[in-house]
Amino acid sequence: MKFSRLIWANLTRKKVRLLLTLGSFAVALFLFAFLAVVRDAFSRGGGIASANRLVTINRVSIIQSLPLSYRDKIQNIPGVQSVTHDNWFGAVYQDEKNFFPQFVIDPENQRKVYSELVVPDDQWGNFLKDRQGAIAGDSTAKRFGWKIGDRIPLKATAYGGGAWEFNLDGIYHGTRPGDDETQFWFQWDYFEERVPQSFKGQAGWYTVRLNSPDDALRVAKTIDADFANSPYETKTDTESAFAENWVKQFGNIELLILSIGSVVFFTLLLVTGNTMAISVRERTGELAILKAIGFRDGSVLFFVLAEALAIALVGGFVGLGLALLAIPILGQSMSGMLPPLVISKTMLATALGFALLVGMCSGLLPGIGAMRLRVVDALRRI
Amino acid sequence: MVSVNADGNSKALIQVRGLNKTYRRGGEPIQVLQGLNLDVDKGDFVAFMGPSGSGKTTLLNLLGGLDVPTAGAISVAGDEITHMSSGRLTEWRARHVGFVFQMYNLVPVLTASQNVELPLLLTRLSRSERKAHVEAALAIVGLQGRADHFPRQLSGGQEQRVAIARAVVSDPTFLLCDEPTGDLDRKSADEIMALIEELVRQHKKTVLMVTHDPVVAARAHTVLHLEKGVLVEAAKSSPGAAAGGAA
Ligand SMILES: Nc1ncnc2c1ncn2[C@@H]1O[C@H](COP(=O)(O)OP(=O)(O)O)[C@@H](O)[C@H]1O
Ligand SMILES: [Mg+2]
Repeated sequence: MKFSRLIWANLTRKKVRLLLTLGSFAVALFLFAFLAVVRDAFSRGGGIASANRLVTINRVSIIQSLPLSYRDKIQNIPGVQSVTHDNWFGAVYQDEKNFFPQFVIDPENQRKVYSELVVPDDQWGNFLKDRQGAIAGDSTAKRFGWKIGDRIPLKATAYGGGAWEFNLDGIYHGTRPGDDETQFWFQWDYFEERVPQSFKGQAGWYTVRLNSPDDALRVAKTIDADFANSPYETKTDTESAFAENWVKQFGNIELLILSIGSVVFFTLLLVTGNTMAISVRERTGELAILKAIGFRDGSVLFFVLAEALAIALVGGFVGLGLALLAIPILGQSMSGMLPPLVISKTMLATALGFALLVGMCSGLLPGIGAMRLRVVDALRRI
Repeated sequence: MVSVNADGNSKALIQVRGLNKTYRRGGEPIQVLQGLNLDVDKGDFVAFMGPSGSGKTTLLNLLGGLDVPTAGAISVAGDEITHMSSGRLTEWRARHVGFVFQMYNLVPVLTASQNVELPLLLTRLSRSERKAHVEAALAIVGLQGRADHFPRQLSGGQEQRVAIARAVVSDPTFLLCDEPTGDLDRKSADEIMALIEELVRQHKKTVLMVTHDPVVAARAHTVLHLEKGVLVEAAKSSPGAAAGGAA
């Protein structure tokens, strides 16, 4: 386009100012991407959770356990396809900061209930035969450089403490983006054998797989009704409701992130709006000359908007590019503490959309000012 | 021929009749132009003089379609411009008027040739045609060698010459110059005036120029004074005429 040189010349008029403005966009977009990904990770609980799974915990709290004897009763409720039980282990690998979730699993039913977490059959076979066997999620295995056959020592912080050793027999992968690949599983029998008497015969929670999601409400009510008025009353929710409640423990993350995000964008708007206003005011005389020569009011508005949008677009791309590079690294280093961080195309598009909106708004007022500028007044003023 | 009477030459290139311009400052009307008449033929070179605040810039702005009069009519080559919409007026300016102002003529981030090219961006000329026109215009003002210089690398006189090249590059119907030498030293001013004279003489341009400098004004074919809102013809005050003592 023949006007592009004029727009380019105006853009690069003050290099430092251009870099600072681009930097503002880049930083804001980077922050936006990071916040959006974290928000998404926390709220995904509901999204990634299966609609056809229920979680049954002790009515008092998840800390309290439930008798293993509930297993068969739950299995017999119509609509239940399979049921499995887990315990939270919570041991330390080398150092406290190396956190990852460890579950004592029921090998017989694990793969029926969590069919999206896949272990190759040969590895699974070895695991079943190995009392001290363990399966790790791909991300945790990569994090510590574990290979199949490695011996993995854990220091228990509960269940009487002590050093536990495991053989890594297999690695599982999630089949959907966002599936949690940080978990560490080991055999229920090995656990029962070593823990003190008071922990034997107890499960932390049950996970129930339904034939159809339509049965969720009925089955949940039936389970809770069956164990009402017993010493161990239950509370059953869909997996998504369970995940949401779990996230709520951390406070209102959604609101926190939304408010930080709004402040970031509002600040960006003020900064860039001010910069554009100054940069347009500086060239009042030139704009007047352009108009005198015969450039139309609309063209002048277009020049200012094109400039603002170009800054927003380039700054935005830089920020999102940095986010694409940095978020996987951040996610890795916080692995286990946060749900997996997933960068989605929708998020990137939204972020870029916001950047362009801010660019548009920042250019609009100065642009309209430039459009309305009367040549005679401008030449008299300067 | 230039005339300042209402019954002037009806075939003149520029015809101004009964031009009024009244500004309002705080409710107080300031009558700047009051029934001004003017005819300018093609190829004329007119200088407007008058004390500061007499309305010279106001008159030039009206003639150039940058402002609209309170009353009266201006027609240029048959086009009545006083009733044009602002959009039409903008197009008309692009086609018919070349402006040279006292200051701030050039876009500082564009080179001399890019500045000269600006009016051509509004035409349908191809890139190579534009390049040829720009080179020709820079040659007329004697700045072929400075095409890639930025305004800050040029002297005041050279900047003004670039402005003149830009004013003529699209071959407009007439040129309007508002104190084109107002910011220059004597020597540069003389060079600029020599250039404008050459445009009139060799390139048959029509030039209307405002100046407060009698030496500069003396270069024009006709000098008109703006007094009490109308134009009056100045008696040619050559030294010979004064010595002759026609009294
Ligand atoms: N936009 C305006 N509003 C009010 N008064 C104006 C405006 N423009 C010019 N004037 C007044 O009109 C008179 C003529 O101004 P101008 O045409 O600039 O004179 P000159 O160019 O001869 O010095 C001056 O008194 C000036 O103050
Ligand atoms: Mg003036």
